[in-house]
Amino acid sequence: MRHPILRALLRLSRHKALLLLGGGAILLALPFVAMLGGQAWVRILDLAILYVFLALGLNIVVGFAGLLDLGYIAFYAVGAYTWALLASPHFGLHLPFWVILPIGALLACLFGVLLGAPTLRLRGDYLAIVTLGFGEIIRIFLNNLNAPVNITNGPQGITLIDPVKFGAFSFSSRTEIFGYTLVGPQKYYFLLLALCVLVVGINYRLQHSRIGRAWQAIREDEIAAKAVGIDTRNMKLLAFAMGASFGGIAGGIYAAMQGFVSPESFSLIESIMVLAMVVLGGMGHIPGVILGAVLLAVLPEALRFAVLPVQQALFGKVLVDPESLRMLIFGLALVLVMRFRPQGLWPSPERKRELLAGQEGRT
Amino acid sequence: MLEVTGLRVAYGGIQAVKSITLHVNEGEMVALIGANGAGKTSTLKAIARMLDAAGGDVHFAGEDITRLPAHAVLGRGIALVPEGRGVFPRLTVAENLAMGAYIRTDKAGMARDLEQVYSHFPRLKERAGQLAGTLSGGEQQMLAIGRALMGRPRLLLLDEPSMGLAPLMVQKIFEVIQAVAAQGMTILLVEQNARLALEVSQRAYVMEGGTIRHSGEAAELLTDARVRAAYLGE
Repeated sequence: MRHPILRALLRLSRHKALLLLGGGAILLALPFVAMLGGQAWVRILDLAILYVFLALGLNIVVGFAGLLDLGYIAFYAVGAYTWALLASPHFGLHLPFWVILPIGALLACLFGVLLGAPTLRLRGDYLAIVTLGFGEIIRIFLNNLNAPVNITNGPQGITLIDPVKFGAFSFSSRTEIFGYTLVGPQKYYFLLLALCVLVVGINYRLQHSRIGRAWQAIREDEIAAKAVGIDTRNMKLLAFAMGASFGGIAGGIYAAMQGFVSPESFSLIESIMVLAMVVLGGMGHIPGVILGAVLLAVLPEALRFAVLPVQQALFGKVLVDPESLRMLIFGLALVLVMRFRPQGLWPSPERKRELLAGQEGRT
Repeated sequence: MLEVTGLRVAYGGIQAVKSITLHVNEGEMVALIGANGAGKTSTLKAIARMLDAAGGDVHFAGEDITRLPAHAVLGRGIALVPEGRGVFPRLTVAENLAMGAYIRTDKAGMARDLEQVYSHFPRLKERAGQLAGTLSGGEQQMLAIGRALMGRPRLLLLDEPSMGLAPLMVQKIFEVIQAVAAQGMTILLVEQNARLALEVSQRAYVMEGGTIRHSGEAAELLTDARVRAAYLGE
């Protein structure tokens, strides 16, 4: 018996196989191309992949199970702080990554269930409000848990966090390979890419599994889902737990990559950003979510580089600071997409079907 | 087969069902009729475990199912066709039917039952690839019944299958319900259309204000002066 993934690959048409190979080659070459523009660009790539990872995690909750979660970044925070506390001089602990990452994922998963359990009977707007509150509670806790016992070091955050290390191989330092010097961000790129491929695979498997079908049913009609024998309670908890675990893993890598965490990285706007990636790209459609995450992560950063010189050239001085312009353009883009492509930029065939059905109904 | 004893259902402090007792024998079609707000749907939902009973108990095939979780009910052999159809609107007809067999793993049996459903409702076969939300009300009702049958139940709970449908469609739906019953399915039917329900059932219970007012053979209730006056508009 061949492995199912291998079999699936062998069944691909020549056209698709070429596409896959080409895409893979581009992904592998990307950090070297970006390096020509400087390390900052590689870091942007890293962040983009991290956001893809996060968005795919949230996609399980929002896209597959249809549970509107506005506090998703809290799980990211839990993962990041787990790593920060267990691998930094703050407590003097320096555990290896293969211990911390599972702990972070498990803790985030636990928080996911903690959030999920009391909100099982809520839907739509009500669920959104509670999850929003939950996200803020976590952030405020992180901000204030520096007294009476200093756990999180409060608003100052935690510094000097250990990077990801395989034995002596550290991801944050330079390495010479075949005469080429690999910088830290490039190494993280490959680590994140590998994790991302894994999470994409898990997402695909989930979507077409019994669990995926149960989530689909819950998203459509919860009473009917119960009537066909789906344990809606456990399935919803599972969605929260899985989404949260991915958030926790992403958070851990983020902490290691940045070497620094503070509560302000986990504000409401970050939750909304990740949700926007899912919605903008095409809820529940994996390629769409990836597209949404890459666009929303890279475009604002690219803009930051473009805005200053353009303003200098036009007005001779900087009128609008790039950060506020970024939110302005981001908001405009969201409004435009929701007006003209409510199903997302790259929706799943089913969502497209719905939209067509809706239009037929109207005319 | 189904024994409901002293069942009570309450919403907050308001009692919707005040201690009712009824039973359905194997192979029987029993109707639960009554005006709007009489507690028919609440009774049915409590049997299907979509609502918690405030008191009393429900036995099915000898087993106490009063505290069973809702998702386990179909596994015991009870399928509910919810009020207002409750199809999965953004799934196709075929996907809806497949979802009805969610708890099953016997592929051959599922394929046989699918053919059976399609033969009951040829319209569903024609529309297999269409989104359920775009079907007409009657077609959605067909789909809801078909989906329930895909779970291979022993007892079918039908909640207002005639609601909001054109008379011709109601007739069609009830023909199929009778055909399903003729194949040996046990059915508990909740209906506001009392005449229609009494015509197709063997026995019936008449509910009023959360209690059972009359019960007996459907044919007798059809001729009962009190029932005729109150529910058949005569």
